[in-house]
Amino acid sequence: MVKVKVYITLKSGVLDPQGKAIEHALGAMEIHNVSGMRVGKYMEFYMEEKNPDQGQIEMMCEKLLSNPVIEDYSYETEEVVPS
Amino acid sequence: MKFAVIVFPGSNCDTDMFHAIQEGLGEEVEMVPHYETTLVGYDAVLLPGGFSYGDYLRSGSIASYSKIMKAVKDFASQGKPVLGVCNGFQVLLEAGLLPGAMKRNEELKFICQTTGLEVVNPETSFTSQYDQGEIIQVPVAHAEGNYECDDVTLEQLEKNNQVVFRYLDSINGSKNNIAGIVNETGNVLGMMPHPERAVDRLLGSTDGLRLFQSILANWREQHAVSS
Repeated sequence: MVKVKVYITLKSGVLDPQGKAIEHALGAMEIHNVSGMRVGKYMEFYMEEKNPDQGQIEMMCEKLLSNPVIEDYSYETEEVVPS
Repeated sequence: MKFAVIVFPGSNCDTDMFHAIQEGLGEEVEMVPHYETTLVGYDAVLLPGGFSYGDYLRSGSIASYSKIMKAVKDFASQGKPVLGVCNGFQVLLEAGLLPGAMKRNEELKFICQTTGLEVVNPETSFTSQYDQGEIIQVPVAHAEGNYECDDVTLEQLEKNNQVVFRYLDSINGSKNNIAGIVNETGNVLGMMPHPERAVDRLLGSTDGLRLFQSILANWREQHAVSS
């Protein structure tokens, strides 16, 4: 069994109003050495196989977990012992 | 003419859409739940606004995989009219029936106001009752209407006259102030503003009614030719 960790981020060219707002709030906390704040999503799930089909994970990421028009994804897998 | 209003869990403009057709347009209309698998017998399909599946994951993303969407895709591929308003537009984008995606509004606020729109393309089956460049008043109500697409897509949309409505003012950060687009074949329209909320003087504007009248006029024309 593996745990799959998926990271969804906005594509580099896509403006991120949320990230801008957070950066602004940090400024209000007198933190001024932070720039380039971007907001993304983190998802995790388990798959039964020890070596799951990478193609299936990528298909899931492209068709549902992310929107390829505005988002990029990356993922990592980690073997876990079912409890 | 018979309209279908698709109802997803979390749709909340379905009744307004129903009312616009039944009372405003005076045509036949039925609610079709998301678990249905066929749209046989309908002449036009309307995807209403709301918060389908609580806007989980991304607006419209879960709904785009519901059972009825296969039938909606078939219906669209036959060249029949499909209109998605607000969340309905987001569902059409997620389903790949229209190009692009929606981001949070630039100001990160939910915008709820009557908005001036320019009719950019009055030659579609949804806009034939409007004049070129006409300014109409239609309400918007959304938090994610910030239209985004890559530069190639944007160029194609403009070149093919697929931009149907444009905001007069940049209200949400949409590229080229895009408020509504059609697909290449012109039978699928997605728009963030709510024409179904502008079909009666009591609602403050009747400018939305002509959109539905356009669909009807076009259908009658086609029907007359084929029979």
